[in-house]
Amino acid sequence: MAQSPAATIVTLRGVGKAFGTGTLALDGLDLDIRDGEFLSLLGPSGCGKSTALRIVAGLSEPSRGTVTWSDPAARKGLGFVFQEPTLMPWATVFDNVFLPLKLSGAGRADVRTRVMETLGRVGLADFAQAYPRELSGGMRMRVSIARALVTAPRILLMDEPFAALDEITRFKLNDDLVALWRELRMTVVFVTHSVFESVYLSSRIVVMTGRPGRVSSGLTIDAPGRDAQFRTSAEYAGYCRVASEALAKAMQRRAGAAA
Amino acid sequence: MNERVRSILAPAGVLIVTVLVWDLVVRINNIQPYILPGPGLVLSTLVSDWSILWSSLLATLLTTVEGLVLAVVGGIGLAILFNQSRLIEHSLYPYAVILQVTPVVAIAPLLLIYLPQQAAVLACAWIVAFFPVLANTTLGLNSVDHNLADLFRMYGASRWQALWELKLPAALPQMLTGIRIAGGLSLIGAVVAEIAAGSAGAGSGLAFRIAESGYRLNIPRMFAALLLLSIAGIAIFALLSLLNHLALRRWHESAITRET
Repeated sequence: MAQSPAATIVTLRGVGKAFGTGTLALDGLDLDIRDGEFLSLLGPSGCGKSTALRIVAGLSEPSRGTVTWSDPAARKGLGFVFQEPTLMPWATVFDNVFLPLKLSGAGRADVRTRVMETLGRVGLADFAQAYPRELSGGMRMRVSIARALVTAPRILLMDEPFAALDEITRFKLNDDLVALWRELRMTVVFVTHSVFESVYLSSRIVVMTGRPGRVSSGLTIDAPGRDAQFRTSAEYAGYCRVASEALAKAMQRRAGAAA
Repeated sequence: MNERVRSILAPAGVLIVTVLVWDLVVRINNIQPYILPGPGLVLSTLVSDWSILWSSLLATLLTTVEGLVLAVVGGIGLAILFNQSRLIEHSLYPYAVILQVTPVVAIAPLLLIYLPQQAAVLACAWIVAFFPVLANTTLGLNSVDHNLADLFRMYGASRWQALWELKLPAALPQMLTGIRIAGGLSLIGAVVAEIAAGSAGAGSGLAFRIAESGYRLNIPRMFAALLLLSIAGIAIFALLSLLNHLALRRWHESAITRET
């Protein structure tokens, strides 16, 4: 899909966001989200990448600039995964995943198969009746992903979802996420501060610079297979070097601007 | 000895020792029953006066339960109202606080002038009991996980859905804590009002019996009534703790016993 430029679903132009405290989180952010891509927003902490994601999700209103959806209906079909699993502790795994459907008025019995199918996708079919506290951190994050997937969203927005997990769990979830992305043919926007994670997962990386946040550079990762072999390949190392340099340059620019 | 057995045996031991010392002090000093009755006399009075004390206990318990129910309904209702409208919260909250910080002993005589006695006693129980429910439920409703609230917003949840599916369950632990405190306070409110009413002449609750027995120097009956009041208080607390445990045991950290 890297050859033919895919259609743009969301276009951000000159987006700025100032908070009440006077902090300018974003300024002049231009970003295109293309259909079917796995886009990572890579940048240091506090560069406004999470703010950008929340604006795309409609959870936050931009102070300046425009957010345009090519298909306004797609705006309704969003999935969002937070940095924390953000589950309802009083509800079972099933009920947590059922929530988005319930809120849109679906009956429990009508969507039971759909919920169970989604749980199966993230490997938690056997845990439908468990409570979140009975699960490990990685499993909770899987529930959170299942909840985002259950509405079959066109775009999945993820805000540093694996940052709090150990490396083994993170690798496993990375693999599973890539598989899900392939299988479901959805668009993923993934916020991270990890160069390695973003290179492993993405079809495209946008490097952001902070204070105020804006796009510094972009990088297309054109590698077909994403597996353990790719993780140890020279190709992967090469992409990581390029991304690291881009990130370093972005941070230097910021230091230069601050001086 | 395991923890559980010890937690029952230790206070039981304290109780036995205290009763024995009490009994010895009364016997050795030959203290008269109208000054300090021994534990045996208190128990036999409890048996011999049982019909009077039992009906009084029922009267006080009825007031307490009514006060608690009204406090729970009023406290949670008001908390929900506050949560829906800042204006209402700002308008009414200070008065809820004033009602709470003014000692109920001082309000009771006034209420007894303006209300029928039973209503006045009930009002006192309600006044002291409703605030912890209100304050705790308000805290619970306001401490909902922001991301979860965002998620509900993103999926287009209605106000009603956000309240019923998110805020109320999230507030449940704090709400139950408030109710547990309110149970004990409702009993206190009822007792205070009965004492105030008792000195005005009429009444039938346990606290009234205590006041009445005091005037008649029937000290053993005072002790017996006091004992019943304590037991009633303990029973209310135990019952509400059980409710708390049953409601939270599946998911809340406070109700889960951890193995270490």
